[in-house]
Amino acid sequence: MSAPHHIPATEAIIACEGLSKHFGGIRAFTDVAFQARRGEVTAVIGDNGAGKSTLIRSLVGVHQPDTGNLFFDGRARPFANPDEARKAGIETVHQNLALIDELTVAQNLFLNREIVRRIGPFAFLDRKAMKREARLMLSRLSINVPSINQRVRRLSGGQRQAISICRAVGSGAKLVVMDEPTAALGVQETANVEALIRRLREQSVSVILVSHNFDQVRRLSDQIWVMRAGKMAATVRASETSGNELVALVTGAA
Amino acid sequence: MSTPADNAPAAHSAGAEESRPSLAALLLDPSFWADWASVVGLVGLVIVFGIAQPVFLSVANLQALLLAAAILVVLSIGQTFVIATSGIDLSLAAAVMLGAIILGLVNAADYGIFIACMLAVLATSAVGFLNGLIITAGKIPDFVVTLGTLSGITGLGLILSGGEPTMVGSTFLLRLASGSFGPFGYPVWVAIAAVIVAHIALYHTRFGVHLLATGGQAESAGALGIRTNRVKIAAYTISGLCAGIAAILLVARIGSAEPQINTSLLLNSVAAVVLGGVSLFGGRASILGPAIGALMLTALVNGLTLLNVSAFYQPLAVGAIVVLAALIMRYQK
Repeated sequence: MSAPHHIPATEAIIACEGLSKHFGGIRAFTDVAFQARRGEVTAVIGDNGAGKSTLIRSLVGVHQPDTGNLFFDGRARPFANPDEARKAGIETVHQNLALIDELTVAQNLFLNREIVRRIGPFAFLDRKAMKREARLMLSRLSINVPSINQRVRRLSGGQRQAISICRAVGSGAKLVVMDEPTAALGVQETANVEALIRRLREQSVSVILVSHNFDQVRRLSDQIWVMRAGKMAATVRASETSGNELVALVTGAA
Repeated sequence: MSTPADNAPAAHSAGAEESRPSLAALLLDPSFWADWASVVGLVGLVIVFGIAQPVFLSVANLQALLLAAAILVVLSIGQTFVIATSGIDLSLAAAVMLGAIILGLVNAADYGIFIACMLAVLATSAVGFLNGLIITAGKIPDFVVTLGTLSGITGLGLILSGGEPTMVGSTFLLRLASGSFGPFGYPVWVAIAAVIVAHIALYHTRFGVHLLATGGQAESAGALGIRTNRVKIAAYTISGLCAGIAAILLVARIGSAEPQINTSLLLNSVAAVVLGGVSLFGGRASILGPAIGALMLTALVNGLTLLNVSAFYQPLAVGAIVVLAALIMRYQK
């Protein structure tokens, strides 16, 4: 395993060392060290079953790593569940997007973060404020939807992805984690989502991107981490690598 | 309290931004009829019965109709909360029976009518809470659990009552059943209050949004930190609470606590929810829809009775209407 570039703790938004996770007798990943720089797009690539998704889920509290240390924003932070990670400032854009089809765009953007007005002991939804904020959140990332009052069910795949990303960013997250954000999208929609990720980078949002698509990873990310058979095999700067090198690293031919 | 859009039975929160289709296009759109099935059905029934039997439209009959609908409206609200989570509460009518029996027994033991009513509501709410707890903690389908509690509390009711009805001679309940304020009897006001409180809970609180999210996509809701199990337990507890209120209204109406289940109450509560445009798959609900659905079912029975149609035909008519409504619902967007 090539030694990761050690960067000062203040520059890393998230870092882990010696991280392992197994399910019964199956080892998902072993002794993984990984870091993501603040304000950069950090990609994690690897073949199916290399352990990328499990690693990412272990970073955001979905799984509990068996061994190893996790640091987030300069502090040792193992997360017991996704809610804790979310409260600490890690937003995950899940592969299934975690949108509620029957709710509107605005309702989805504020799900479980609703703005309320208190009247005595009761708290009522402040729908006007949420709609106003929802419009702001969408316009800040130049996301186009027909109406924030539209049910999410009627949106296209790309629009749904954009809403999910917008929700993650809109909460003021310090780190946005995206698992295969364009896997299910067409060419045009993929281009839109990639443009959206570039905009996040321009706004200095830290992003971790899990992807299969080597070209996309080279286009979008600053640093690329390669996983192979449950180990962190290599890490390279995106600007200093080629598609062929990435293929070689992923398959183990290098 | 709400914008007109909120009152659409299928909970359209579509605002002014969406382009409004023309009236003709609206009338040709099947989903319009699906969303407004209960209203259209109620208006249709009122017109048909009004022409066939003018007595139907008399103030006295309409008041009697509303009075008769009150219990079903309250139960439909409880059922709505459960169905919105994509569950179903089959123990609802049995809980009403248990509540009535506890009310009768506690009152007969001279603890006073208020304590009797309180205990009845507490017991039915506990039944709902238990339903929710078993469903979520045991990961057992709603259908099976509430079928089990249906049988369980039926037995409990029989054991407690010894199979005998208990007379409840209370001036408070007598006044509740026969008194009125303004144009409506007290039970109607109870139903109206329940509708308003439930509507606010569903549309204007975080709980309401979380309820619909849980019913729509429980996994996604959970991923966002919504405690879907708690939401479900709350929905079943609300259903039990509604059963308790219905039990009080029922005992007040008939003057005694009967140890038998009114199965048509259960079936009609589900029917009213379906007529009200609430999706049986969860995630989509309104309160006004099921309330109007309950009114419609009561109007159907009332009108058929006035037309001297044998009572044997009434379940047939209810069944036909519910299946028809379910067919129309398929066109819901």
